Amino acid sequence: MKLLVCISQTPDTTAKISFSSDGTEFNQSGVQFIMNPYDEWYALVRACELKESLGGTVVALNVGPAANETTIRKALAIGADEAVRINTEAQGSMHVAKQIAEYASDKGFDIIFFGKETIDHNGSEVGAMVAEYLDLPYVSYASKLELNGSTANLQRDIEGGVEELEVDLPFVVSASKGMAEQRIPNMRGIMTARTKPLQVVEPVAFEESTKLVKFTLPPAKAGVKLVDPENMDELVRLLHEEAKVI
Amino acid sequence: MVLVFAESPNGHLKKAAFEAVTYGKKAADLLGTSCVALCLGDVENAGVLGSFGASNVYHVANSTLNSFDSQSYSAAIAAAVEKLGATLVILSHSSTGKSLAGRLAVKLNAGLVSGASSIPSVEGGKIRVSKGVYSGKAIAEYEINSPVQVISLMGNAVKPIKSGNEVAVESLEVTVPNNRVTVKSSKTQEGIVPLPEAELVVSAGRGMKDPSNWGIVEELADTLGATLACSRPVADSDWRPHHEHVGQTGIAIRPNLYIAIGISGAIQHLAGVNNSKVIVVINKDPEAPFFKAADYGVVGDLFEVVPRLNEAFKQFKANN
Repeated sequence: MKLLVCISQTPDTTAKISFSSDGTEFNQSGVQFIMNPYDEWYALVRACELKESLGGTVVALNVGPAANETTIRKALAIGADEAVRINTEAQGSMHVAKQIAEYASDKGFDIIFFGKETIDHNGSEVGAMVAEYLDLPYVSYASKLELNGSTANLQRDIEGGVEELEVDLPFVVSASKGMAEQRIPNMRGIMTARTKPLQVVEPVAFEESTKLVKFTLPPAKAGVKLVDPENMDELVRLLHEEAKVI
Repeated sequence: MVLVFAESPNGHLKKAAFEAVTYGKKAADLLGTSCVALCLGDVENAGVLGSFGASNVYHVANSTLNSFDSQSYSAAIAAAVEKLGATLVILSHSSTGKSLAGRLAVKLNAGLVSGASSIPSVEGGKIRVSKGVYSGKAIAEYEINSPVQVISLMGNAVKPIKSGNEVAVESLEVTVPNNRVTVKSSKTQEGIVPLPEAELVVSAGRGMKDPSNWGIVEELADTLGATLACSRPVADSDWRPHHEHVGQTGIAIRPNLYIAIGISGAIQHLAGVNNSKVIVVINKDPEAPFFKAADYGVVGDLFEVVPRLNEAFKQFKANN
């Protein structure tokens, strides 16, 4: 079984978000970067579990600069066997998808995993794009994945419920809560991660057609208006007359 | 031409479909062009999309499309886009739209902005549109430089507006590949507005102390006609079902009104709810971080405040 897990590096969940004064760049100073939580907790861990029970290889892939190698080593510490870094700054989702698809096109992966979205761009775009480039089926927001020979049974989150699906290998999947539990890398994992192979691949040229104009911060909240707990009629009045939401 | 894919799971047009057509019509007016709607597979009363601004409603009746697979759906939409000569494609940023948007962008060689929250603008002949990024902590504006553009619209970002009349549904023939993903079953909660679509949400957390105490929260939601939600610890302890969990690892929502009861407001929770238009926080701890993100706050014992609020809403409903 050959499994590919695409991992992204994002600012930590609790990071303070700020931008350059012209709004074109994310201000990285003082920000801690982590592996995108959904890639790590759900996609990577489920891939490792499948490999541990069925045999095979887990490859962790990141599209990014050398500075991302700390995050990539963490994926190896959690249980990936080898890693690939495609040596380019991500220009956008299709640029990233193109790099992944080029790399994966002749490797014969059985399943290509993504997290449900990244916590920085919140797009949920790259998995579907890679599936299209490789002409593979795609299941998004999967909360369960079981293999039965060359067929996978999946559960997927839909609005107000769940769907049960079946698809034959190979396919692309994005993982949401429920697919696996977070794993803390142990000391042995951290030690062996240092010596596991990390291949650097040069990118292919691709012109991204969606370009950032600028980032802005949302308008600050006016501050909380406290209402007397004895006087809920007043809260209802405010919601009706002032906020106009009821 | 602006083409809007209108979702109709089990044959029923979703609220998101009306939002997407309303949005497509606004974009079409701005671009000086027309807006058409596309329905795939089972659909009832598709002509109603005309009243939300679609000049034409097209329907591909191929039975393959009665079951969702991103490959057959994206192939059908791309074929319709090419056949009709559309240049801007609007989808909903839903479980269906998220499976489709990236595929469609690759197929059409189109720039994509997913989860858009603003009406597009045109600068120097190029389309610009904004979306929430960094889990709601910032807004990014993008410009799309390709001849065809794909935008998926965040739920509850626009209000469906009727601006015209129903139209006759026109049949459209396109070639559709076979499905490779088989949907074995699809279970949704009957009679409940799903959280991503809900305008009013009542949510509770660990401050409830025990799952047997949820009655007062359920009554409040019932009075308001609101959808129930909960925080992560509550879902993780199986006090409430997983599909009610809102926050970073759960569902991200943007209702008009979010009432948070006994939830402290950890940053991971805020990441899923900070796009709510109005936030009310009820908590006995005045230092709860959620008050910083709230519009209205009530510092008090939720077991007294919530029934009192329920009575106040009942009184309000009776008088309005």
